Amino acid sequence: MATIHPKLSEELSQTTVSPTQSVKLKIKRSNPNVNSDEKFDDFVVPIEKWTTVLDALLDVKSHLDHSVGIRYSCRQASCGSCGMKINGKPGLACFTKISELNSDTITVEPMDNYPVVRDLAVNFDRMINNHKKVMPYVIREDSEIDAESGVREFLQSPENVEKYIQFSSCIKCGLCNSACPTMAMDKTFVGPQALAQAYRYIADDRDKGKNKRLKVIDESHGIWRCHFAGSCSQVCPKGVDPAMGIQLLRGYLLGIRD
Amino acid sequence: MMILRESIIMKIHYGTAIGALFLTVVHIMMRMTQDFHESLQYENVIANYESIGYAILLELLLILISVHGFNGLRVILLEMNQGPTYEKLVTIGCLAGMVALIAYGSRTIIMTNMGMV
Repeated sequence: MATIHPKLSEELSQTTVSPTQSVKLKIKRSNPNVNSDEKFDDFVVPIEKWTTVLDALLDVKSHLDHSVGIRYSCRQASCGSCGMKINGKPGLACFTKISELNSDTITVEPMDNYPVVRDLAVNFDRMINNHKKVMPYVIREDSEIDAESGVREFLQSPENVEKYIQFSSCIKCGLCNSACPTMAMDKTFVGPQALAQAYRYIADDRDKGKNKRLKVIDESHGIWRCHFAGSCSQVCPKGVDPAMGIQLLRGYLLGIRD
Repeated sequence: MMILRESIIMKIHYGTAIGALFLTVVHIMMRMTQDFHESLQYENVIANYESIGYAILLELLLILISVHGFNGLRVILLEMNQGPTYEKLVTIGCLAGMVALIAYGSRTIIMTNMGMV
């Protein structure tokens, strides 16, 4: 009779399909366009090991209450649409597995520091406006399209790319702004998302718009209002470190970086 | 209302903090030349003020702490509320408070140094 190695048998037992479990999903419901009432609706949904919060929410929408308001699109942490507060912490619903939350009750609420559109969907106007303000594009006089020589490239060394590459991973999900304590207090603060993007373009050696951007962020509700709580970096699903970007930007303004 | 760019103000803020820290260390070390309770006796305090070097140190400390403190207060107040009128009032109020405190403190230092107390 064949014997199974103890370690192998342990691995086999772990790879078997888990029996279906269920969790209680508490969804914060509100519709500011109708009234100021806020309430939590509870739904019991079946889950597997791989079920994400977004999967559970879509399950609710499909089978229990189709009126739950959520914004989502790609389901793979690329579009940044499904940001929400999950058990009190900002996160992407599509990137948060229920099994990793170690809780029988999952509370989902709209992100803080944004006006609610309905239920879990929030208004991104403030973030998008601040993002536009820092001019998130390469600024320079000449172009990659040249009338005489045709198309050319602005080449960069790997070292120069390294200076800003992590900040290009921003998907504008807004979780950093939601976690930021200054955003909660100061309604005109530019926010970690826009500041990190300002750094991304200033650190890009193809860009010549450093002074323009520094002028935008160097005002009374700009970069200096950051208290370096670091919560923006903790919640970023793409591994961007806006808190570090802000400190590096301050180096430019204090004259200790070129 | 911005007279200076925020980065200039914050450079002053950090500079005054470092300066005040240094002068406070000097101030505390000078207290250690005698017992603590002796250093607080009226005659000794007046004698300190009457020394021109010490009076200059106190004046500098007063200026540095006032500038740093009132800018810190301005920053806190700007975070608590926003709006052009409010911000103008906060800036003017903090500047006025800073000038008033420096003027009153300087008056005390100068008068005591000149033996008018």
